[in-house]
Amino acid sequence: MCQDCGCSVTLPEHVPLVKPLLARNDAEARHNRAHFDAHGVLAVNLMSAPGSGKTLLLEATIRALGAELPCAVIEGDLETDNDAARIRRHGVPAIQITTGSACHLDAHMVHHALHELELDGLALLFVENVGNLVCPASFALGTHRDVVLVSVTEGDDKPAKYPVMFRHADLVLVSKADLLGVIDDFEVEKVVQGVRALGNPAPVLAISARSGRGMPAWLEWLRGQRVALADVAGERRATLARI
Amino acid sequence: MHELAICQALLDEVERVARERQAERVAAVRVRCGALAGVEPELLHRAYEVARAGTLAADAELTIEESPVRVYCPRCGSETAARVQRLVCGACGEWRTEVVAGDELTLMSIELITAEGARPQGGI
Repeated sequence: MCQDCGCSVTLPEHVPLVKPLLARNDAEARHNRAHFDAHGVLAVNLMSAPGSGKTLLLEATIRALGAELPCAVIEGDLETDNDAARIRRHGVPAIQITTGSACHLDAHMVHHALHELELDGLALLFVENVGNLVCPASFALGTHRDVVLVSVTEGDDKPAKYPVMFRHADLVLVSKADLLGVIDDFEVEKVVQGVRALGNPAPVLAISARSGRGMPAWLEWLRGQRVALADVAGERRATLARI
Repeated sequence: MHELAICQALLDEVERVARERQAERVAAVRVRCGALAGVEPELLHRAYEVARAGTLAADAELTIEESPVRVYCPRCGSETAARVQRLVCGACGEWRTEVVAGDELTLMSIELITAEGARPQGGI
Protein backbone atom coordinates (compact mmCIF):
# COMPACT_ATOMS: atom_id res chain seq x y z
CA MET A 1 0.00 0.00 0.00
CA CYS A 2 1.06 3.56 -0.65
CA GLN A 3 3.00 4.72 2.41
CA ASP A 4 2.79 8.44 1.70
CA CYS A 5 -0.84 9.43 2.00
CA GLY A 6 -2.70 6.41 3.28
CA CYS A 7 -4.67 5.88 0.08
CA SER A 8 -5.52 2.28 -0.79
CA VAL A 9 -3.37 2.07 -3.91
CA THR A 10 -1.22 -1.06 -3.85
CA LEU A 11 2.15 -0.42 -5.43
CA PRO A 12 3.49 -3.19 -7.60
CA GLU A 13 6.58 -5.01 -6.43
CA HIS A 14 9.39 -5.01 -8.99
CA VAL A 15 11.00 -8.46 -9.32
CA PRO A 16 14.18 -8.57 -11.43
CA LEU A 17 14.67 -12.00 -13.04
CA VAL A 18 17.03 -11.81 -16.08
CA LYS A 19 16.45 -15.40 -17.10
CA PRO A 20 16.44 -16.98 -20.55
CA LEU A 21 12.85 -17.28 -21.66
CA LEU A 22 13.34 -20.83 -22.86
CA ALA A 23 15.23 -21.89 -19.72
CA ARG A 24 12.99 -24.92 -19.19
CA ASN A 25 13.48 -26.15 -22.75
CA ASP A 26 17.23 -25.59 -22.39
CA ALA A 27 17.26 -27.66 -19.19
CA GLU A 28 15.42 -30.52 -20.92
CA ALA A 29 17.84 -30.25 -23.83
CA ARG A 30 20.75 -30.69 -21.40
CA HIS A 31 18.98 -33.72 -19.98
CA ASN A 32 18.66 -35.23 -23.48
CA ARG A 33 22.33 -34.48 -24.13
CA ALA A 34 23.27 -36.35 -20.96
CA HIS A 35 21.33 -39.38 -22.27
CA PHE A 36 23.17 -39.28 -25.60
CA ASP A 37 26.55 -38.86 -23.91
CA ALA A 38 25.92 -41.69 -21.45
CA HIS A 39 25.34 -44.02 -24.41
CA GLY A 40 28.13 -42.64 -26.59
CA VAL A 41 25.60 -41.69 -29.27
CA LEU A 42 26.25 -38.79 -31.63
CA ALA A 43 22.91 -36.96 -32.05
CA VAL A 44 22.38 -34.86 -35.17
CA ASN A 45 19.50 -32.41 -35.68
CA LEU A 46 18.56 -32.25 -39.36
CA MET A 47 16.71 -29.10 -40.36
CA SER A 48 15.47 -27.65 -43.63
CA ALA A 49 12.43 -26.31 -45.43
CA PRO A 50 9.77 -28.94 -46.26
CA GLY A 51 10.75 -31.06 -49.22
CA SER A 52 14.49 -30.40 -49.21
CA GLY A 53 15.21 -34.11 -49.10
CA LYS A 54 15.94 -34.83 -45.44
CA THR A 55 14.27 -38.24 -45.42
CA LEU A 56 15.78 -39.30 -48.74
CA LEU A 57 19.22 -38.28 -47.45
CA LEU A 58 18.64 -40.36 -44.32
CA GLU A 59 17.63 -43.38 -46.38
CA ALA A 60 20.78 -43.08 -48.50
CA THR A 61 22.89 -42.54 -45.36
CA ILE A 62 21.47 -45.61 -43.64
CA ARG A 63 22.19 -47.74 -46.71
CA ALA A 64 25.73 -46.38 -47.02
CA LEU A 65 26.62 -46.73 -43.33
CA GLY A 66 25.26 -50.25 -43.10
CA ALA A 67 26.65 -52.03 -40.07
CA GLU A 68 29.54 -49.56 -39.66
CA LEU A 69 27.58 -47.06 -37.55
CA PRO A 70 24.25 -48.41 -36.21
CA CYS A 71 21.73 -45.59 -36.16
CA ALA A 72 18.16 -44.65 -35.26
CA VAL A 73 15.91 -41.82 -36.32
CA ILE A 74 13.42 -39.57 -34.55
CA GLU A 75 11.03 -38.10 -37.10
CA GLY A 76 9.15 -34.85 -36.54
CA ASP A 77 6.12 -34.01 -38.67
CA LEU A 78 2.86 -32.17 -38.14
CA GLU A 79 0.92 -35.23 -39.30
CA THR A 80 1.41 -38.81 -40.58
CA ASP A 81 4.09 -41.38 -39.80
CA ASN A 82 5.06 -41.70 -43.46
CA ASP A 83 8.66 -40.70 -42.84
CA ALA A 84 9.18 -43.11 -39.93
CA ALA A 85 7.71 -45.90 -42.09
CA ARG A 86 10.19 -45.05 -44.86
CA ILE A 87 13.09 -45.29 -42.39
CA ARG A 88 11.85 -48.55 -40.80
CA ARG A 89 11.85 -50.23 -44.22
CA HIS A 90 15.66 -50.05 -44.00
CA GLY A 91 15.64 -52.02 -40.76
CA VAL A 92 16.44 -49.00 -38.61
CA PRO A 93 14.39 -48.03 -35.53
CA ALA A 94 12.36 -44.87 -36.12
CA ILE A 95 10.13 -43.00 -33.67
CA GLN A 96 7.58 -40.64 -35.16
CA ILE A 97 6.64 -37.49 -33.28
CA THR A 98 3.50 -35.89 -34.69
CA THR A 99 3.37 -32.33 -33.45
CA GLY A 100 -0.20 -31.55 -34.53
CA SER A 101 -0.01 -27.86 -35.26
CA ALA A 102 3.39 -27.18 -33.70
CA CYS A 103 5.88 -25.98 -36.27
CA HIS A 104 9.01 -27.31 -34.52
CA LEU A 105 10.30 -30.03 -32.23
CA ASP A 106 11.26 -29.06 -28.70
CA ALA A 107 13.42 -30.79 -26.12
CA HIS A 108 10.40 -32.16 -24.27
CA MET A 109 9.03 -33.96 -27.34
CA VAL A 110 12.44 -35.46 -28.06
CA HIS A 111 12.74 -36.58 -24.45
CA HIS A 112 9.40 -38.38 -24.77
CA ALA A 113 10.54 -40.09 -27.96
CA LEU A 114 13.75 -41.19 -26.22
CA HIS A 115 11.66 -43.19 -23.76
CA GLU A 116 10.56 -45.37 -26.68
CA LEU A 117 14.04 -45.78 -28.11
CA GLU A 118 16.82 -48.14 -27.05
CA LEU A 119 20.06 -46.14 -27.28
CA ASP A 120 22.32 -49.02 -26.29
CA GLY A 121 24.35 -50.23 -29.23
CA LEU A 122 23.67 -47.13 -31.34
CA ALA A 123 26.40 -44.92 -32.76
CA LEU A 124 24.21 -42.26 -34.33
CA LEU A 125 20.81 -40.72 -33.73
CA PHE A 126 19.30 -38.48 -36.38
CA VAL A 127 16.50 -36.14 -35.38
CA GLU A 128 14.64 -35.04 -38.49
CA ASN A 129 13.00 -31.81 -37.41
CA VAL A 130 9.72 -30.46 -38.78
CA GLY A 131 10.30 -28.99 -42.25
CA ASN A 132 10.65 -25.30 -41.44
CA LEU A 133 13.59 -22.90 -41.58
CA VAL A 134 12.24 -20.54 -38.90
CA CYS A 135 10.81 -22.07 -35.74
CA PRO A 136 13.14 -25.07 -35.12
CA ALA A 137 16.05 -22.61 -34.84
CA SER A 138 14.76 -21.31 -31.51
CA PHE A 139 14.47 -24.64 -29.66
CA ALA A 140 17.54 -26.56 -28.49
CA LEU A 141 16.97 -30.33 -28.49
CA GLY A 142 20.19 -31.47 -26.83
CA THR A 143 21.60 -32.84 -30.08
CA HIS A 144 25.36 -32.43 -30.60
CA ARG A 145 25.30 -31.06 -34.13
CA ASP A 146 22.93 -29.02 -36.31
CA VAL A 147 22.88 -29.89 -40.00
CA VAL A 148 20.87 -27.60 -42.29
CA LEU A 149 19.87 -28.57 -45.81
CA VAL A 150 19.07 -26.18 -48.62
CA SER A 151 18.01 -27.78 -51.88
CA VAL A 152 19.06 -26.44 -55.25
CA THR A 153 15.45 -25.63 -56.18
CA GLU A 154 15.06 -23.30 -53.18
CA GLY A 155 17.60 -20.68 -54.23
CA ASP A 156 21.10 -19.81 -53.07
CA ASP A 157 20.09 -16.82 -50.91
CA LYS A 158 18.54 -18.95 -48.14
CA PRO A 159 21.26 -18.20 -45.52
CA ALA A 160 20.60 -14.43 -45.78
CA LYS A 161 16.84 -15.01 -45.60
CA TYR A 162 17.02 -17.34 -42.59
CA PRO A 163 20.02 -16.07 -40.60
CA VAL A 164 18.90 -17.45 -37.23
CA MET A 165 18.83 -20.97 -38.68
CA PHE A 166 22.02 -20.84 -40.77
CA ARG A 167 24.08 -19.00 -38.15
CA HIS A 168 24.14 -22.06 -35.88
CA ALA A 169 24.57 -24.76 -38.53
CA ASP A 170 27.58 -27.01 -37.99
CA LEU A 171 27.25 -28.26 -41.55
CA VAL A 172 25.27 -26.96 -44.53
CA LEU A 173 24.26 -29.47 -47.17
CA VAL A 174 23.23 -28.23 -50.62
CA SER A 175 20.85 -31.07 -51.45
CA LYS A 176 19.51 -32.26 -54.84
CA ALA A 177 22.90 -31.32 -56.29
CA ASP A 178 22.14 -33.57 -59.27
CA LEU A 179 19.91 -30.67 -60.42
CA LEU A 180 22.77 -28.14 -60.44
CA GLY A 181 23.21 -28.73 -64.17
CA VAL A 182 19.52 -27.96 -64.81
CA ILE A 183 18.97 -25.04 -62.45
CA ASP A 184 21.57 -22.63 -63.76
CA ASP A 185 20.96 -19.73 -61.39
CA PHE A 186 22.00 -21.59 -58.22
CA GLU A 187 25.61 -21.05 -57.16
CA VAL A 188 26.97 -23.14 -54.31
CA GLU A 189 29.56 -20.41 -53.73
CA LYS A 190 26.72 -17.94 -52.95
CA VAL A 191 25.55 -20.28 -50.17
CA VAL A 192 29.11 -20.36 -48.81
CA GLN A 193 29.28 -16.55 -48.89
CA GLY A 194 25.89 -16.29 -47.17
CA VAL A 195 26.98 -18.64 -44.39
CA ARG A 196 30.31 -16.79 -43.91
CA ALA A 197 28.45 -13.43 -43.74
CA LEU A 198 26.77 -14.87 -40.64
CA GLY A 199 30.18 -15.44 -39.06
CA ASN A 200 29.74 -19.18 -39.48
CA PRO A 201 32.78 -21.29 -40.52
CA ALA A 202 30.65 -24.43 -41.16
CA PRO A 203 31.58 -26.51 -44.21
CA VAL A 204 29.14 -26.40 -47.13
CA LEU A 205 28.80 -29.64 -49.11
CA ALA A 206 26.90 -30.20 -52.35
CA ILE A 207 25.16 -33.54 -52.09
CA SER A 208 22.71 -35.72 -53.97
CA ALA A 209 21.11 -38.70 -52.27
CA ARG A 210 19.90 -39.79 -55.70
CA SER A 211 23.17 -39.70 -57.67
CA GLY A 212 25.48 -40.27 -54.71
CA ARG A 213 27.42 -37.05 -55.32
CA GLY A 214 28.90 -35.72 -52.07
CA MET A 215 27.83 -38.78 -50.08
CA PRO A 216 31.43 -39.84 -49.21
CA ALA A 217 32.19 -36.33 -47.85
CA TRP A 218 28.98 -36.37 -45.75
CA LEU A 219 29.78 -39.81 -44.32
CA GLU A 220 33.34 -38.69 -43.61
CA TRP A 221 31.99 -35.63 -41.77
CA LEU A 222 29.76 -37.89 -39.66
CA ARG A 223 32.70 -40.18 -38.80
CA GLY A 224 34.79 -37.13 -37.92
CA GLN A 225 32.12 -35.82 -35.52
CA ARG A 226 31.97 -39.24 -33.85
CA VAL A 227 35.71 -39.11 -33.28
CA ALA A 228 35.53 -35.52 -31.98
CA LEU A 229 32.77 -36.54 -29.56
CA ALA A 230 34.75 -39.55 -28.32
CA ASP A 231 37.79 -37.27 -27.79
CA VAL A 232 35.75 -34.86 -25.70
CA ALA A 233 34.34 -37.75 -23.64
CA GLY A 234 37.86 -39.18 -23.22
CA GLU A 235 39.23 -35.82 -22.01
CA ARG A 236 36.38 -35.50 -19.55
CA ARG A 237 37.09 -38.97 -18.15
CA ALA A 238 40.82 -38.18 -17.95
CA THR A 239 40.10 -34.92 -16.12
CA LEU A 240 37.81 -36.67 -13.68
CA ALA A 241 40.46 -39.34 -13.09
CA ARG A 242 43.00 -36.66 -12.23
CA ILE A 243 40.79 -34.97 -9.65
CA MET B 1 4.52 -19.17 -35.61
CA HIS B 2 6.44 -20.44 -32.59
CA GLU B 3 5.75 -17.22 -30.70
CA LEU B 4 2.76 -18.86 -28.99
CA ALA B 5 4.97 -21.67 -27.65
CA ILE B 6 7.44 -19.06 -26.43
CA CYS B 7 4.62 -17.09 -24.76
CA GLN B 8 3.47 -20.20 -22.95
CA ALA B 9 7.01 -20.72 -21.62
CA LEU B 10 7.08 -17.05 -20.60
CA LEU B 11 3.73 -17.23 -18.79
CA ASP B 12 4.63 -20.51 -17.05
CA GLU B 13 7.68 -18.84 -15.56
CA VAL B 14 5.85 -15.59 -14.72
CA GLU B 15 3.09 -17.51 -12.92
CA ARG B 16 5.60 -19.69 -11.10
CA VAL B 17 7.39 -16.64 -9.69
CA ALA B 18 4.09 -14.88 -8.90
CA ARG B 19 2.78 -17.91 -6.96
CA GLU B 20 6.08 -18.37 -5.15
CA ARG B 21 5.84 -14.77 -3.98
CA GLN B 22 2.14 -15.10 -3.14
CA ALA B 23 1.13 -12.35 -5.54
CA GLU B 24 -2.51 -11.71 -6.36
CA ARG B 25 -1.70 -10.86 -9.92
CA VAL B 26 0.98 -9.67 -12.28
CA ALA B 27 0.90 -6.02 -13.35
CA ALA B 28 3.68 -5.97 -15.92
CA VAL B 29 6.14 -8.23 -17.72
CA ARG B 30 9.37 -7.03 -19.35
CA VAL B 31 11.20 -9.10 -21.95
CA ARG B 32 14.36 -8.38 -23.92
CA CYS B 33 14.37 -9.72 -27.45
CA GLY B 34 17.41 -9.63 -29.71
CA ALA B 35 17.06 -9.12 -33.44
CA LEU B 36 18.75 -12.53 -33.89
CA ALA B 37 16.58 -14.37 -31.37
CA GLY B 38 14.28 -15.62 -34.10
CA VAL B 39 11.24 -14.00 -32.53
CA GLU B 40 9.14 -11.24 -34.06
CA PRO B 41 8.22 -8.76 -31.28
CA GLU B 42 4.94 -7.88 -33.02
CA LEU B 43 3.94 -11.56 -33.21
CA LEU B 44 5.05 -12.10 -29.63
CA HIS B 45 2.74 -9.26 -28.55
CA ARG B 46 -0.19 -10.78 -30.42
CA ALA B 47 0.49 -14.29 -29.12
CA TYR B 48 0.75 -12.87 -25.60
CA GLU B 49 -2.73 -11.31 -25.88
CA VAL B 50 -4.11 -14.81 -26.50
CA ALA B 51 -1.90 -16.77 -24.11
CA ARG B 52 -2.28 -14.55 -21.03
CA ALA B 53 -6.07 -15.08 -20.76
CA GLY B 54 -6.97 -16.91 -17.57
CA THR B 55 -3.50 -16.58 -16.04
CA LEU B 56 -2.28 -14.40 -13.17
CA ALA B 57 -0.89 -12.16 -15.90
CA ALA B 58 -4.28 -11.69 -17.62
CA ASP B 59 -4.04 -7.91 -17.16
CA ALA B 60 -0.27 -7.58 -17.23
CA GLU B 61 1.20 -5.31 -19.82
CA LEU B 62 4.04 -6.84 -21.88
CA THR B 63 6.96 -4.60 -22.72
CA ILE B 64 9.49 -5.90 -25.24
CA GLU B 65 12.87 -4.20 -25.31
CA GLU B 66 14.45 -4.86 -28.67
CA SER B 67 18.16 -5.43 -28.53
CA PRO B 68 20.31 -4.62 -31.57
CA VAL B 69 23.00 -6.97 -32.84
CA ARG B 70 26.63 -6.33 -31.88
CA VAL B 71 29.64 -8.42 -32.84
CA TYR B 72 33.14 -8.68 -31.41
CA CYS B 73 36.04 -9.17 -33.79
CA PRO B 74 38.91 -11.27 -32.38
CA ARG B 75 41.18 -10.04 -35.22
CA CYS B 76 41.04 -6.27 -34.64
CA GLY B 77 39.43 -6.24 -31.19
CA SER B 78 36.52 -3.95 -32.22
CA GLU B 79 32.94 -4.32 -31.11
CA THR B 80 30.61 -3.01 -33.78
CA ALA B 81 26.94 -2.93 -34.75
CA ALA B 82 25.84 -5.51 -37.32
CA ARG B 83 22.81 -6.43 -39.38
CA VAL B 84 21.16 -9.82 -38.90
CA GLN B 85 22.15 -11.06 -42.37
CA ARG B 86 25.67 -9.64 -42.13
CA LEU B 87 27.50 -10.37 -38.90
CA VAL B 88 30.93 -9.28 -40.16
CA CYS B 89 33.19 -6.86 -38.29
CA GLY B 90 32.14 -3.28 -39.03
CA ALA B 91 35.73 -2.07 -38.57
CA CYS B 92 37.90 -4.50 -40.55
CA GLY B 93 35.44 -6.71 -42.45
CA GLU B 94 36.56 -9.97 -40.81
CA TRP B 95 33.78 -12.58 -40.94
CA ARG B 96 34.95 -14.74 -38.03
CA THR B 97 33.15 -12.69 -35.38
CA GLU B 98 31.34 -13.47 -32.17
CA VAL B 99 27.84 -12.17 -31.52
CA VAL B 100 27.97 -10.39 -28.15
CA ALA B 101 24.43 -8.97 -28.15
CA GLY B 102 21.25 -9.36 -30.13
CA ASP B 103 20.62 -13.10 -29.87
CA GLU B 104 19.10 -13.05 -26.41
CA LEU B 105 15.52 -13.81 -25.44
CA THR B 106 15.34 -12.93 -21.78
CA LEU B 107 12.67 -12.46 -19.15
CA MET B 108 14.03 -9.30 -17.54
CA SER B 109 11.56 -8.50 -14.75
CA ILE B 110 7.97 -8.59 -13.61
CA GLU B 111 5.80 -6.32 -11.46
CA LEU B 112 3.64 -8.08 -8.88
CA ILE B 113 0.57 -6.92 -7.02
CA THR B 114 0.58 -8.57 -3.61
CA ALA B 115 -2.09 -8.21 -0.95
CA GLU B 116 -0.91 -6.41 2.17
CA GLY B 117 0.40 -8.87 4.72
CA ALA B 118 0.84 -11.66 2.19
CA ARG B 119 4.13 -10.39 0.80
CA PRO B 120 7.00 -12.58 1.98
CA GLN B 121 9.73 -10.74 3.84
CA GLY B 122 13.27 -10.57 2.55
CA GLY B 123 14.66 -11.32 -0.89
CA ILE B 124 13.95 -14.14 -3.31
